Amino acid sequence: MKSDPNAPKRLALIASKGTLDWAYPPFILASAAAAMGWEVGVFFTFYGLTLLLNKVDAEVTPLGNPAMPMKMPFGPQGFQDINWPIPTAMMGVPGFNALATGLMKQTFKNKGVASIEELRDICVESGARMIGCQMTMDVFGFKKEDFIPNIEVAGAAAFLEYAADADVSLFI
Amino acid sequence: MSSTVLDLKGLMCPLPVVKIANAIKKVEIGELIEATASDPGVLADIPAWARSSGNELVTMEKVEGKVIRFVVKRIR
Repeated sequence: MKSDPNAPKRLALIASKGTLDWAYPPFILASAAAAMGWEVGVFFTFYGLTLLLNKVDAEVTPLGNPAMPMKMPFGPQGFQDINWPIPTAMMGVPGFNALATGLMKQTFKNKGVASIEELRDICVESGARMIGCQMTMDVFGFKKEDFIPNIEVAGAAAFLEYAADADVSLFI
Repeated sequence: MSSTVLDLKGLMCPLPVVKIANAIKKVEIGELIEATASDPGVLADIPAWARSSGNELVTMEKVEGKVIRFVVKRIR
């Protein structure tokens, strides 16, 4: 139950994952909600906290992600449509994560999808609250200056108080 | 009739909605924005944005190829 019935709609997200694929959902939802005039708060915790670092180095790997399409972002259309069967043993080869990450970034760019940094900038500029988890910072040894400016730092109780008045709350 | 024309072709979710939301803040209440997009997601997303943000979707139609043309009006 919202404490103020006239308040704008509110989105409260928990971003808990720091890989490139899982970096997209919180920033896409947060920027779309802000565009719709909603209040937005995203609580970045555990590996999700790395999405607030000055430089995002999020990578992606098909290891443990058997449903991930492995397609090439270049060449003739017939070549691009091939879903390459990558043996699991290949995924341990040094440089494989960088390759998979590069291919996904290029595919997204070719299709007109914004980069994580662009989406994050949109979220910040639209006034979405970016909240870093204090405990995660302490556990992994991050300092406030490692992160983009203007983030807030808080804990579970502060997020729950905010989420209690939210219309949509999601754990990502 | 439209005072602002936006080309959103080539942009994918959530960028068309983000760009429309930014553009509508720059026009006066009652003014129109005409836009073209190629992301088929706008067929669902722009109406949802209009309802949620309290603005009006005046028209939306598929034109040639993959292009979708729509007009929104700033209400508030």
